[in-house]
Amino acid sequence: TEEQCWGTWGKNIKCVCFYRNALLEADINKLGFSSPAARKTGTTICGVVYKDGVVLGADTRATEGMVVADKNCSKIHYISPNIYCCGAGTAADTEMTTQIISSNLELHSLSTGRLPRVTTANRMLKQMLFRYQGYIGAALVLGGVDCNGPHLYSIYPHGSTDKLPYVTMGSGSLAAMAVFEDRYRPNMEEEEAKRLVRDAIAAGIFNDLGSGSNIDLCVITKGKVDYLRPHDMANKKGVRTGSYRYKHGTTGVLTKAVTPLNLEVVEESVQTMDTS
Amino acid sequence: MCVCVCVCVCVLQCCRSAAVCLCSSARRGLSCNGWSGTIMAVEFEGGVVIGADSRTTTGAYIANRVTDKLTPIHERIFCCRSGSAADTQAIADAVTYQLGFHSIELDEAPLVQTAASLFREMCYRYREELMAGIIVAGWDPRRGGQVYTVPVGGMMTRQPVSVGGSGSSYIYGYVDSNYRAGMSKEECLKFTAEALTLAMERDGSSGGVVRLAVVSEQGVERQVILGNQLPKFSTV
Repeated sequence: TEEQCWGTWGKNIKCVCFYRNALLEADINKLGFSSPAARKTGTTICGVVYKDGVVLGADTRATEGMVVADKNCSKIHYISPNIYCCGAGTAADTEMTTQIISSNLELHSLSTGRLPRVTTANRMLKQMLFRYQGYIGAALVLGGVDCNGPHLYSIYPHGSTDKLPYVTMGSGSLAAMAVFEDRYRPNMEEEEAKRLVRDAIAAGIFNDLGSGSNIDLCVITKGKVDYLRPHDMANKKGVRTGSYRYKHGTTGVLTKAVTPLNLEVVEESVQTMDTS
Repeated sequence: MCVCVCVCVCVLQCCRSAAVCLCSSARRGLSCNGWSGTIMAVEFEGGVVIGADSRTTTGAYIANRVTDKLTPIHERIFCCRSGSAADTQAIADAVTYQLGFHSIELDEAPLVQTAASLFREMCYRYREELMAGIIVAGWDPRRGGQVYTVPVGGMMTRQPVSVGGSGSSYIYGYVDSNYRAGMSKEECLKFTAEALTLAMERDGSSGGVVRLAVVSEQGVERQVILGNQLPKFSTV
């Protein structure tokens, strides 16, 4: 069955990653190491289509198990000048997947001579994720504006996609969706849409342990992108009200002895740093 | 004795399909998105009526409550998708490409049987990896309205009426007792809407709105029946 040919779908993965990962998993414990915990982005990400375009939103916490690895990471990735993508799931997977598709889309755009369409990016992402059968843990919210108007897609790690007017993904998606289901209306104005997305991400930040810190927003309209990072610092670190430093002279000095160490320079060599 | 044999066979089949489900899910590691709903297709004189619910679930969370499971494969050929959303979307995209190419080569509208065969080829060849139950339905000039069912495992058979998906188990009785040959388009639409409503009522993986489409020589007419407009049955 390992030889079963997937055509364009699985030759690479079946031959390379599947075997390599299985081998590593088997041997790593014998060597005494533990496999590294994948850094996940916990996350609340969401997007909404409004009158003139799309608003994408994300929190900024990246977790490694139960510890916050990055308090201010950027989860809204660039795909093309008119298309951005929020990523939830394994941080490395979302980062690399969006970079690969961004690169391919730029080449495609140069080849066609046109601004890329959101549906093209969606196709590329879903076909790649399906090829890897869910082993690439990237759950994405893809949004942008092209010649056919604003579009918003949610893309799941196994390769299924949904085209909807509002979507949420990540561990905080249920909290964010609750806000959307209550207050979404078609054809909102920009300020209302930004407020809605901000509130949805805030719901995720305050009610989900995997999400936290600030709220990033990305407003995409025809011909313009507003990358607001941070849009809202919902969790500013507090200022200490008192100081624990002791005043000079708190500890009385009884004796003081100074011993100079005379060293002579034996050899001196200079190595210039390559700062080109 | 007869009863015992029947029961054993049924249980074995259930176990086998359950085992297949577990094996695939375990291999996948993550919970697969999209164990979806209820689909149905009925032939009538001059075309087909197809219908589906609109719910896609990831475990107990409804990922999309307004899914469109009636996917156009060609101008007058549709497929109703049930099972894993990722698998069925990928298969439908591949078959759409293959059928489009074939149609251009032929320089005429493709047969519904051709589309069904393409689905069958893919679903049977990769049966171990896929979880896809598909109903192919459409109209072609040679044989009129046709419904072909391609359930998990990759069998293909033509049926005058076919149901599929997790919610279909609850409406086999209703469909078997209420289907008559030679129903009109309106009767078929009513029949499909009522059957899907009953399935959505009882199956947790089915719900949302009822999407219907009529495919005939004249083209495609789509309609949506929203939650509050669904046919009402006695609530016990």
